[in-house]
Amino acid sequence: MTELLQIVFDALSLGSLYALGALGIALIFGVMRLVNFAHGDFIATCVFAMLWPSINAAAIVFAGNLPFYLLIPLLLLVGAALSVLSEVIVFRRFRNANPATMMIASFALGFAIRNFLLMLYSSRPKSITLWPSLSLPVEVWGARIPMLQVVTIIITLAVLAVLTLFLKRTRYGLEMRAAAENFTMARMLGVRANAVILLAFAISGMLAAAIGLILATNSGTADIGMGANVMLIAFIATVIGGLGSVPGAVAGGFLIGGASSVFQATLPHDARVFRDAFVYGAVIVVLLVRPQGLFAPKSAKQRV
Amino acid sequence: MTLLAVDNITVRYGRLTALRGISLNIAEGEILFVIGPNGAGKSTLLNAIAGVVPPVSGTIAMHGLAVTGAPPEQIARSGFSLVPEGRNVFGALTIEENLKVGAGMRADKHKVAGDLESVYREFPVLAERRHAAAGMLSGGEQQMLVIGRALMTSPRLMAIDEPSLGLAPKIIDQVYEILVWLRAQRKLTLLIVEQSSTRALMTGGRMILMRGGRIVLEGAAGDMVKDERLKQAYFGFGDH
Repeated sequence: MTELLQIVFDALSLGSLYALGALGIALIFGVMRLVNFAHGDFIATCVFAMLWPSINAAAIVFAGNLPFYLLIPLLLLVGAALSVLSEVIVFRRFRNANPATMMIASFALGFAIRNFLLMLYSSRPKSITLWPSLSLPVEVWGARIPMLQVVTIIITLAVLAVLTLFLKRTRYGLEMRAAAENFTMARMLGVRANAVILLAFAISGMLAAAIGLILATNSGTADIGMGANVMLIAFIATVIGGLGSVPGAVAGGFLIGGASSVFQATLPHDARVFRDAFVYGAVIVVLLVRPQGLFAPKSAKQRV
Repeated sequence: MTLLAVDNITVRYGRLTALRGISLNIAEGEILFVIGPNGAGKSTLLNAIAGVVPPVSGTIAMHGLAVTGAPPEQIARSGFSLVPEGRNVFGALTIEENLKVGAGMRADKHKVAGDLESVYREFPVLAERRHAAAGMLSGGEQQMLVIGRALMTSPRLMAIDEPSLGLAPKIIDQVYEILVWLRAQRKLTLLIVEQSSTRALMTGGRMILMRGGRIVLEGAAGDMVKDERLKQAYFGFGDH
């Protein structure tokens, strides 16, 4: 029983991380048909923003020393600003380009950001200690669960609730959903293209910052490649969920997180190193059965 | 008073010239039909006015204000609302949400609730299912929804691209009844694009015949039927 509970918490917390990443990708894809591969580098940048630039292994913590009520808004701001800047400086010029061109632009931007981080911080992973109390276990129905897992799940559920309220209940949320379905039609009804796209980028950047915080707290290191792995799996989650579908992206994230945790717990010991192969195998099976994704929107058509 | 003035606009898609120097005026309260065979440039004309495809030359003005080359969202704010071909409902949004998207840009927020109720009065079928996904509606109901949505922008000029496309004759009658009624009720100016002159003749008003990106003929709908050039535009050999 406690073992089962352990797996459930593992699945939910890992799934949360992927769901947050998938959301950040799906929101931008929705309004722009852009798969933003620089998203992982946004995550890494948010983590490094807590350190002073230095090439030493011992990191000099900078913003990371701030109390959480200052650090969290600051990092959200960093994420949003970086994301919005990327839109204004890079992606805006590709607004009417085809999706492949935009995707390559996002790769290029990712490289630029990564190398900029390399210049400032060198390639050595740095240790960073955030909120050590979060790694202590808490007891949940007899199982010992790391506090961070519980916090991650709660934060993700809160983010999902707020985002759902935003999308369903506010004017800008409504406009974003309309724009995701048919951008030209939305504009002809007076929806401002730039405002909607900037807002999507800002939210996506804040989600990247949230992931960065969770990753850094969890691993205790800052590594330039740390966002890329999450980004890749989050991207796969959006494809499984149906590109363009926001609930689909969240579901895809939780599905992959769940599959990873279940395989990790149930595979024979010798096969565990190949866990990811099993996960990707499951992904392939899903896509063979439903190539359009599990929750593909009916209107996933090309924009004019 | 002239509401929309299009002066000598040319539109190109790459090397293809879709509009070759089109000029037209629409007066406040008038109903204008633009007809012509496939590929005449009728939809391109509407898209150019709406700001979706900017003209390479010529000017467009809404009640005296130049809007040439402005983005669609700005032209929508100047009082022009286009109901494009193929209806384009936001299928995953509810009917009410579709209508609200149209009202988002309005400055007179206090009037929106009242307008929503009057759209529901005008289209009772929408009121019944206001919380259903718009994608579930039939073709005719979707046409009502996009007209209602366009009305929610509180337009001075509403343009409709082929309202009869893909609808049963009985439903088309209904759509036109509503359009004529709306025009009288709301003092709406209408610009309607159709393939054939049938509806223009039934409804009355002014008519423009396009072919090969040019205006071939212009006049009162009733007078134009007798014109031999109307037939020629569809069956004859043009000069394009």
